[in-house]
Amino acid sequence: MKAMDERPVQVEPARSARWKKHHAEDLAGRSYTFICVALLIVIIISIVYFVASKGLATFFRDGVSLSEFLFGTTWDPEGNNGEPMYGVLPFIFGSFATSLLAALIASPLSICASLFMTEIVPGWGKKLLQPVIELLAGIPSVVYGFIGLTVVVPFMRNVFPGQGIGIAAGAIVLSVMILPTITSVASDALSALPRGLKESSFALGATRWQTISRVILPTVLPSILTGVVLGMARAFGEALAVQMVIGNAPHIPRSLFESASTLTSVITLDMGNTVMGSAHSNALWSMALALMFMTFIFVLIVRLLERRHRI
Amino acid sequence: MKLKKPLLMICTLALVAVLAACGSKDTQGDSSASGTANNDTTSTELSGSVLAVGSTALQPLVEQAAQKFMAESQYSKIQVQVQGGGSGTGLTQVAGGQADIGNSDVFAEEKLKDEAKDLVDHQVAVVAMAAVTNPDVGVDNLTKQQLVDIFTGKVTNWKEVGGKDEKIVIVNRPASSGTRKTFEKYALGTSTEDLKGSIQEESSGTVKKIVSESPGAIGYLALSYLDDKVKVVKYEGVEATVENVASGKYPVWAYEHMYTKGEPKPEVKAFLDYIASDAVQSGDVVELGYIPVSKMEVKRDVDGNISK
Repeated sequence: MKAMDERPVQVEPARSARWKKHHAEDLAGRSYTFICVALLIVIIISIVYFVASKGLATFFRDGVSLSEFLFGTTWDPEGNNGEPMYGVLPFIFGSFATSLLAALIASPLSICASLFMTEIVPGWGKKLLQPVIELLAGIPSVVYGFIGLTVVVPFMRNVFPGQGIGIAAGAIVLSVMILPTITSVASDALSALPRGLKESSFALGATRWQTISRVILPTVLPSILTGVVLGMARAFGEALAVQMVIGNAPHIPRSLFESASTLTSVITLDMGNTVMGSAHSNALWSMALALMFMTFIFVLIVRLLERRHRI
Repeated sequence: MKLKKPLLMICTLALVAVLAACGSKDTQGDSSASGTANNDTTSTELSGSVLAVGSTALQPLVEQAAQKFMAESQYSKIQVQVQGGGSGTGLTQVAGGQADIGNSDVFAEEKLKDEAKDLVDHQVAVVAMAAVTNPDVGVDNLTKQQLVDIFTGKVTNWKEVGGKDEKIVIVNRPASSGTRKTFEKYALGTSTEDLKGSIQEESSGTVKKIVSESPGAIGYLALSYLDDKVKVVKYEGVEATVENVASGKYPVWAYEHMYTKGEPKPEVKAFLDYIASDAVQSGDVVELGYIPVSKMEVKRDVDGNISK
């Protein structure tokens, strides 16, 4: 270090001072970002470690077998009917059913909205729709849940059999929540499309409909799917809004209009009332672990889609 | 430029120190708390902080009492913090030493095993619960057996218990909730499982909303939540009133507990004494829909034995 510093001093003192200053700035910036990244990694690892250590205790300490946990259909952690049972299949089913259904409802709407903004009326359409969609993304989930409980649930109760509570109500609330995610990803992909693609399609005599359906949509399909998967991941992890409208009965429902549960709704419902370290609380942590695992899979799918997307 | 790097180092060190402090809080919380208590005994005026965590059913009372407590001139140096989180959280944290007071709807013995021995019970109020139905079901009174039949799914239509021809919809609290435990223990005498199609809601407010809107719904609420929107059902012919609870005629009630680990430190004791004082017991307790413990003509122990 010393030897390196001395050489420029002999040549030109002023330049060396500047060099030293830039070098120091560089080093400071570098170490600062390194520390931030290290902190991030430490946080992530400790979260994963914490959830895993609590969640795995169900299997190693409380002696619940993995297959009983994943495929059991009876959830009775307090042991009201004899032995405590920790079957979470109804919740896994509920989580998948609500988020898939929500994606099914939201995807066509979002794709049409993004096509409208980028292809059909790029001028005022975008100016009008963009803020509206961004606003949707900013509404807190408790507000969605409350609206769901006061508007969607009574509506479902009047139109369909049952109490209006259930997977259908949950999926409707979730679909509005994931609309902005899918729309923004899809419209970003659409506006990033090379102009030449569209123009050559028009030059060959294709109509707008033909261009959109045969050229544009197939090209951006992987990106749109990325958006759908991201939306599903959000729906999968959403707790509060779903919990308010789904009914939370720990059973696989016979219809879309019967009380059901999701992984997240059960965790929020029971967390405060269980004692840390008890088998019940550990089972909730195991569900959290399952949720994290699912998120991991969603991220993996998105990565795969992105890799395929590179033209 | 030479200043920047040391600054960065200091920031990093500070961050590390903060993180380290976070980590050790769980284990050392208790010892540091007793340390401040020792300092306080030397001065005549109490100061320090009190953290009360737990039951959401008791939270409004503790919060309101804490506000008034801190406004009193002799206690102005004491900071009282009240947090929710549920009875289980409250008991865990007070037993683990993270909180000074653990608020709970149930006796500690019902949730904890060995740790419960160290906890000292302070009963600050009584909460009574009543079965409520949607106003349209046309039932005024339910016997214990009828309630058991409804909540275990043996009876699924209101006409079987003397009401209209309407399907019964059960609106429960989660199986781990203190309100549900109390209702099952003292109204049904048995614990129930969650039936297919039954609804579970996290808060009493939501239970009330759903019961008042869904045809054929039945649930249970603390007396402070009752109003015209839901129909309050008599239990074995006894109306759920404060007088009937106090005299022991109406059995569906439970104590609200504030647990401390061992004997409380002075500032915590001051707060607990304040809640037990007449001003709070006949003022805030009644105002918020609880029943003062002093008013009760009967007593109940952990096992549910009633004595006059």
